[in-house]
Amino acid sequence: MKKFQILTSRLIPLPHNDVDTDQIIPARYLKVIDKSGLEEGLFAGWRYLPDGSPKPDFPLNQPQFQGAQILLAGDNFGCGSSREHAPWALVGWGIRAIISTSFADIFRNNSLKNGLLPIIVDEETHQQLFAMVADDPSTRVTVDLDAQTVKLPNGREAAFPIDEFSKVCLLEGLDQLGYLLKNEEKIAAFEQAMEK
Amino acid sequence: MPQPKTLLQKVWDVHVVAKDQASPSILYIDLHLVHEVTSPQAFSGLRQKGLRVRRPDRTVATMDHSTPTLSLSLALADDMAVRQLRQFESNCSDFGIPLYDLEHPERGIVHVIGPELGLTQPGMTIVCGDSHTSTHGAFGALAFGIGTSEVEHVLATQSLLQYRPKTYLVNFDGQLQPGVAAKDMILALIAKIGIGGGTGHVFEFAGSAVRALDMEGRMTLCNMSIEAGARAGMIAPDDATFEYLAGRQFAPRGAAWDAALDRWRSLPSDAGAVYDKSVTIDASKLEPMVTYGTNPSMGAPISQPVPDPEQEADPAKRAALEKALRYMDLQPGRPLTGHPVDVVFIGSCTNSRLSDLRLAASLLKGRKVADGVRLLVVPGSENIRRQAEAEGIDKIVRDAGGEWRYAGCSMCIAMNGDQLQPGQYAVSTSNRNFEGRQGKGGRTFLASPLTAAASAITGKVTDPRTFMS
Repeated sequence: MKKFQILTSRLIPLPHNDVDTDQIIPARYLKVIDKSGLEEGLFAGWRYLPDGSPKPDFPLNQPQFQGAQILLAGDNFGCGSSREHAPWALVGWGIRAIISTSFADIFRNNSLKNGLLPIIVDEETHQQLFAMVADDPSTRVTVDLDAQTVKLPNGREAAFPIDEFSKVCLLEGLDQLGYLLKNEEKIAAFEQAMEK
Repeated sequence: MPQPKTLLQKVWDVHVVAKDQASPSILYIDLHLVHEVTSPQAFSGLRQKGLRVRRPDRTVATMDHSTPTLSLSLALADDMAVRQLRQFESNCSDFGIPLYDLEHPERGIVHVIGPELGLTQPGMTIVCGDSHTSTHGAFGALAFGIGTSEVEHVLATQSLLQYRPKTYLVNFDGQLQPGVAAKDMILALIAKIGIGGGTGHVFEFAGSAVRALDMEGRMTLCNMSIEAGARAGMIAPDDATFEYLAGRQFAPRGAAWDAALDRWRSLPSDAGAVYDKSVTIDASKLEPMVTYGTNPSMGAPISQPVPDPEQEADPAKRAALEKALRYMDLQPGRPLTGHPVDVVFIGSCTNSRLSDLRLAASLLKGRKVADGVRLLVVPGSENIRRQAEAEGIDKIVRDAGGEWRYAGCSMCIAMNGDQLQPGQYAVSTSNRNFEGRQGKGGRTFLASPLTAAASAITGKVTDPRTFMS
């Protein structure tokens, strides 16, 4: 997993609440057996016109947001299915962090395992960020994972929560499976006791 | 005196392998269900790391999402689906995992066959790379959906890193009116608390209306927990649970059954157990529910008109409603009943069990599907298909002008060619009305099997009670 430490980037605004994983990547893109190329399906229903060409007013298609690495999303982002193809598609497109007021549980878990940082900010910061991007699409923020802050251009720092374990894994780029494998003896002992 | 515990806490506590201060618990998983869509990258991960599947005997695989329902051969499947299914066969065979493949007489939707085969049992921890794993909570199991990374974790270690979720007691008191079903109960709950209302929590469904449900109704209820953001829904096991399980293929037998019963009877939440949240719904006041929007919380009693965004005070909710009604092309203030439908889908892990098909058949019998309406009935498993055929349900569906298919997820997720055309309206017994869920540009009204069958007959969104008086 790619390390996540400090990220300075512009923000891509997607001001809809309850964006479900079927919108992040529709099921027709799930017939793959690897993770590559999924970014083509990212927000496919919203991003393309019926003829398959890019829809000009969708943020991902707008020149001012090319290369941006932070998605500024509405409340309850990532609800619905458990498909990890959703964070894979976001990461494939170049997104490294998502700022919202809340995330659906499975999506948040999946993101944390792919170096994609879900950042929960308070309502006021959330609205302020949308206003700043509307005012100036080149607005940049700095995410400092170790300090657990998002630094706004006006100098304000908004704190965000993350559990210590996920934080360490992201900072050091550790795969959580490694931790489980280190505990194999405990798992074996548990199995023995349970199955007796 | 020991602290009273909830059902969730009891199941959780006996599955914690290890817990230290700085990290999540290592939670042992009793049963891992696997399907073709969310597992290929997990198996690749095992191969890259040189790992084996720790407990193939606690792992069960089935093909359901991208499988054809017109026949049991892959001749009609597209190349991508065939490649994924073939890869799945190799993965299961290489790692020694039992697979209910296309030819298997007991194949079906993963959340239908688990209970049907008696694999799903009270007090278990059950996971699957599928959010509707919550279904299995109907048996008093802690069952939840996971991503593919976690599928790999469970394959390799039979364990997961988890924080204990919060508890949310959902009481349905009173007796359901005729024509109202488990599907209406869960749609009413989701409409009440919202699509994120259960986030971070596990529901425990209780109350007289829940006790009165059969196991299939309870599965429908738990199935859609995730549509309110709760990863799991649970119902304390009782005699109905035990009667359902007795004699099933993988249920314990003899002395093991008696020992299991003792264990299972101790699972219900203790008197005085404390929940983080709770809500009570008067089940006797529920009507058949139908959704009008683009997420499962945008639903209302079928007699209600389409809501008006201008009446919505919260700007975010107003914007969401406007966006949804634009996609659905519905007029605020107009009744939803009478709205024309193109397709009726009866199936999915929510409502494809024998009791669902019987209810639909009770209305379809001796009647015809309206001209121009396509009715698709897809049993949840091959077992259910054969049982339904033995009862003549297939004939009722065909005589009415409907299509009777082999088991699979079909038009719930529209990966196998069973899908809506752009702009079409469907009444669907499935679980998600998200934009494009049942086919690009398709529009979904979620409802119960009774409402779906009634709507197929009239060709319009129809209150099933009009057929019942």
